[in-house]
Amino acid sequence: MSELTGLRATTLGQFLALIKEVPGSSIYHHTHRFLQQHQYLSPEPPNDFAYWVTDILGEDELGERLASIDTVQYSTIRDLREEIASTIENYLENNPLAKMKFARSGEEFHFIKSVSFILPTNYVAYDLKDFVQVLKKITIDSIYFHIFEARLRLEKPTNDFSFWLENSLGEKKLAANIAGFDPYTSTLEDLRKKIIRLVEKRISS
Amino acid sequence: MAKIEEYIPLVGQSIIDDLRLLGERLKGKVVQHINSTPVGGGVAEILNRMVPLLRELGVDTKWDVIKGGGQFFDVTKKFHNALHGRQEEIIQRDFEIFMETSRDNIANVDTYGDIVFIHDPQPIALVEKKAANKWLWRCHVDVSNPDERVWGFLMDFIVQYDSAVFSAPAFSRKLPIRQFLIPPSIDPLSDKNKELPQEAIDAVLNKYGIEKDKPIITQISRFDRLKDPVGVIEAYLQVKKYINCQLILAGGTAEDDPEGLNVLEEVKSKAEVDKDIHILLLPHNDIEVNALQRASDVIIQKSLKEGFGLTVAEALLKAKPVVASNVGGIPLQIKHKYSGLLCHSVEGASFALKQLLSSPEYARKLGENGREHIKNNFLITRHLRDYMLLFLSLYYPEDVVNLH
Repeated sequence: MSELTGLRATTLGQFLALIKEVPGSSIYHHTHRFLQQHQYLSPEPPNDFAYWVTDILGEDELGERLASIDTVQYSTIRDLREEIASTIENYLENNPLAKMKFARSGEEFHFIKSVSFILPTNYVAYDLKDFVQVLKKITIDSIYFHIFEARLRLEKPTNDFSFWLENSLGEKKLAANIAGFDPYTSTLEDLRKKIIRLVEKRISS
Repeated sequence: MAKIEEYIPLVGQSIIDDLRLLGERLKGKVVQHINSTPVGGGVAEILNRMVPLLRELGVDTKWDVIKGGGQFFDVTKKFHNALHGRQEEIIQRDFEIFMETSRDNIANVDTYGDIVFIHDPQPIALVEKKAANKWLWRCHVDVSNPDERVWGFLMDFIVQYDSAVFSAPAFSRKLPIRQFLIPPSIDPLSDKNKELPQEAIDAVLNKYGIEKDKPIITQISRFDRLKDPVGVIEAYLQVKKYINCQLILAGGTAEDDPEGLNVLEEVKSKAEVDKDIHILLLPHNDIEVNALQRASDVIIQKSLKEGFGLTVAEALLKAKPVVASNVGGIPLQIKHKYSGLLCHSVEGASFALKQLLSSPEYARKLGENGREHIKNNFLITRHLRDYMLLFLSLYYPEDVVNLH
């Protein structure tokens, strides 16, 4: 769920300062919420930061740079935050006039953070057949948790599915194939379908 | 009223299973909702649907209503307008009237819930009774630019709550308590939103003498200045110069809104210039609202301020193209030129209406995108999940709560 911080930015200077100080849960929220909320949009609008900089401040070039940060390469929120902040800092050094732009009233950037609740569902898998059946039934929130949250928020070395496939079932190649996706460029339903296809292919091989 | 299983064909079994898992985690807690009116307005409408569903999910949920006379509701209406940023003459006596009724309610309302969930400013002072139980304040009002005197008065109460809940990010400000973003929702199985056969839609049009011989533009709203019905007529008249169309303004008045009838009279007089403007007073007739939305070619919601704007979600769920003001919770529902058109003025509204009426294929695409967005984010099942997580959050302060 989304927790409001009451912090808002009107200029790029304020925006940068707040990006450096807001909780990690806020950086996580603004780089991931689109994945859950705009499931039908593909390709996904990349993140709230890029959207605001482009559509509200009209800084297309900075927006593009923020949008193209390769989130999947970062294993912690700290690293991701540093990359976002340094991208903005570098841009401001080269484009000092960008500091003069203001968002109009009502279009400020509002910092929000994600609060997550992790609880077990009634679905359990012991082998690949169970796994693929469960994948077809669980909510996309469960898929989202095991792919995105486990890796970035709980700082696990890979996504939960790949970790389990490799360490519990010895399915090293399948695990690597799933870990090799860029999950930020699919809708969650497409991601579910891709994983199901790979697992079914492995079962029938 | 629909049972929770009836939502499975719409949202899937697993979503309902997850809701049941959350319900189990709240076993033993009594959640007590308190607001100011059992009928009329968005808050009562949502509670009427949420309370039975929460009970079905295993959450022991109660709903109580405070008492207040005409004077009290006149004052709270003034507060409501002032919180929306409208100029209101508020005198010291108004605050005294508010506190006199609040003291009566503090004396008479039993706040027995483990979690007491207060909706809007009218019952806000009940928090003076806070004991060891948890208290939530749900603000359904657009407080992005409030009258500071009224906001300051309410703030003395707000800080006593455990958490506050707002419908849009722009309503939040720095507070010493936790605050959550929970947009409201619509119920796809309610009379207002369920599928209707064409005969039922035609019957409602016949009843009100509306012929489907030219495109219909509709605004469904209480007759309230903040919904700008006069602005809607002005925008329609500008469109009418170029496109032969008709306008329906339909809505009721809430019990806690004494100003409504005055606004209705004003709108009727403004509408006299054009026989294709239909002013319909529909107190609590959900099937008729549903039919009018489905019969419309374009839906408009030209509010000056909006807590959330449930009518926008209702129209989008029916895949209708929508023109709406860029205020309150509306931009959460409409991404401009993707799932509808946003406007800031009468002229902007008129231009958007002309675009949609002249380009039906574009209008259809916007409506379809809007429907998907509402289905994913603004149905009552999402709202039930958020409320249950909110209740759990009262017992867990962390950002990542592991309930394994």
